[in-house]
Amino acid sequence: MKKTAIITSASLLSLAWGGLALADDDYITLASTTSTENSGLFDAIIPQFTDKTDIDVRVVAVGTGQAFETARRGDADSLLVHDTAGEEQFVAEGYATERLNVMYNDFVIVGPSDDPADIQSSETVEEAMQRIAESESAFASRGDDSGTNRAELRLWEDADVNPQGEWYRELGSGMGPTLNTAAGMNAYTLTDRATWVSFENPQDLTLLFEGDEALFNQYGSLLISEERHPHLKHDLAAQWHEWLVSEEGQAAIADYEVDGQQLFFPNAE
Amino acid sequence: MNAPTSILAPIADLQLDSVSFEHRGQSLLAPTSLTLSGCRRTVIMGPNGAGKSLLMRLAHGLLTPTTGRIYWQGPTPVQAMVFQRPVLLRRSAIDNLTYVLGIHKVPRAQRKARAYQALDTFGLTSLAHRPARVLSGGEQQRLALARAWLLNPDVLFLDEATSALDPAAIKAVEDAVMAFHASGTRIVMTTHDLHQAKRLADDVVFLHNGQLREHTSNETFFSAPRSSEGRAFIQGELVW
Amino acid sequence: MPASDNAFLTALQLILHMDSDLFAIVSLSLQVSLVAVALAALVGLPLGAALALWRFPGRNGVIIVLNALMGLPPVVAGLCVYLLLSRAGPLGEWGLLFSPTAMVVAQWVLVLPIIASLTRQQIEALHGEYAEQLQSLGLSTARMMPTLLWDARVGLVTVMLAGFGRASAEVGAVMIVGGNIEGVTRVMTTSIVLETSKGNLPLALGLGIILLALVTLINAMAHLMGETAKRRLG
Repeated sequence: MKKTAIITSASLLSLAWGGLALADDDYITLASTTSTENSGLFDAIIPQFTDKTDIDVRVVAVGTGQAFETARRGDADSLLVHDTAGEEQFVAEGYATERLNVMYNDFVIVGPSDDPADIQSSETVEEAMQRIAESESAFASRGDDSGTNRAELRLWEDADVNPQGEWYRELGSGMGPTLNTAAGMNAYTLTDRATWVSFENPQDLTLLFEGDEALFNQYGSLLISEERHPHLKHDLAAQWHEWLVSEEGQAAIADYEVDGQQLFFPNAE
Repeated sequence: MNAPTSILAPIADLQLDSVSFEHRGQSLLAPTSLTLSGCRRTVIMGPNGAGKSLLMRLAHGLLTPTTGRIYWQGPTPVQAMVFQRPVLLRRSAIDNLTYVLGIHKVPRAQRKARAYQALDTFGLTSLAHRPARVLSGGEQQRLALARAWLLNPDVLFLDEATSALDPAAIKAVEDAVMAFHASGTRIVMTTHDLHQAKRLADDVVFLHNGQLREHTSNETFFSAPRSSEGRAFIQGELVW
Repeated sequence: MPASDNAFLTALQLILHMDSDLFAIVSLSLQVSLVAVALAALVGLPLGAALALWRFPGRNGVIIVLNALMGLPPVVAGLCVYLLLSRAGPLGEWGLLFSPTAMVVAQWVLVLPIIASLTRQQIEALHGEYAEQLQSLGLSTARMMPTLLWDARVGLVTVMLAGFGRASAEVGAVMIVGGNIEGVTRVMTTSIVLETSKGNLPLALGLGIILLALVTLINAMAHLMGETAKRRLG
């Protein structure tokens, strides 16, 4: 009985272990943001890239701050994020050798459908932000140092508002959880359009403000420095980096739609 | 029955020199000197808390004395012990026996046969594949004796081995003790039962309040005990 | 994956249409957690038994630390393993980050204290019962260990289940060291987090129901095995 038990568990273990050993195909690890992943863009464009190059792209979707940190530590072969200032600093620090514009989408402000701060009628995003602050309507902030969070803080600064008080709630969460929470407490929040369109739990939230140029959200691809991290798959990562800005990659991005809406607008030079 | 090999050579004397035992600063056994020799049946008696089990555990080597010395005058003999509540492993009766043979490095091929022989000796053959811990109290104690039997002990210790059993089971255990003795095993046992002591003892060690009061032959102890406590004990005046 | 507004309906649909993606996620979850528990048992059982049987200076300290680690937040365990396996970390050269192996390591860290600590309790109790008999049979402390571990087997199955429960339910550690990469390191719990963040609550809850059903199934099997054994072994 003892022997059978040992043999059974040993064979079960080896079976389970065997299942964990994965085929070692060509792949790169891409650090990117949850907003891009959640929008479904990668599911649409990566297969096209893989068809062409036989390189798989494994996406680790985290907040922008964590994505930078992951790449800085040498744990990702490639980086695609949306914080132009941060990206330029990343290049300046020598962690990346090149940064290219890939695409943009835009931020929108969503909030309760009765719009207590009346931002629907505001002309500019500054005005919209000021009205939220003046009426002290509940506002849910990501508060997680993500690209979206950094963009939101810039908008408050541009609007000359120091967001403080009970109405301003820092959540320290990703985009999806923030939308879930905002829906739960019927608060305004800033979100990227891609996440918003594919978000399935809006409850009473509705899109209230969009279109101001200050709300554009630029994505950049970074080529990580071979000097800093010689162990990375630089050749494969370079192919991905170049494909993103190629005519083919740009077309793939433009073709991606949710509910008939284009979410990302290619703008490589 | 396979007789213990030691029948050919005399069993070494067990010598206790001024042995005492303390636990948490409390003296449980006053300095005691005692010799256990020959192929005898020694019964340790005394009221509750007199230190009977303690003395036996010291003799068997399960406890280390606080002061004094315990030693065998000669080669250390093979020993076994049967407890008041038999501690049987969570496996079948037969596996409990082959386990002991495994510990004593008996070749694997011989274990089954010898274990069955022991079961047969103690009338347990039909229970071989029953889990040991669902057997009745009497069956469990017989299995514990069968386990001791397999060790061919020169000295067998029994600690209140019959106190939880019914009369039939007590009889079986006493028969087993006689069988061990007949095959040349020295018996050291504790009991509450005066009649049992009278039936089985060659000599009696009488303890009271952690002190050795007397070590005398069966006849002397039960007819003319030397200590006043011993006298009170056999007359049923000492509460136990 | 199908979706509906009712989580139970969604769970049922998911099971009925068990597509290859879902199957991969479920089997990876089970594989990672089972391997982590098995490897933790390999170390934790002897470690727990040794702690039960030997007295040495600092023993109480080890026991307290193990007990405290039973409550280690998974995120902290994940972060430690992340820093260890990251390219910039001491074991970075092995290139294990964002792989199922890294997830096994993280869960191993979470499960080991549970198995070691609970094993110590079980073996200590059984040792109290067996010590004199085994000592009388001439067993050294080291040789008591296998006997005690085997005779405690029914209780130890429960110990390993507790470990498995912890491993299969946690998300913080595998999220950090696995990266929730689709088709590579995505497991049940990280899928649930992902679907929740997409606002797809019925699908998230549906996945949760499947996870719960699986864990219940495994527990039921182990419980029945234990009951049978208890009845048989007394």
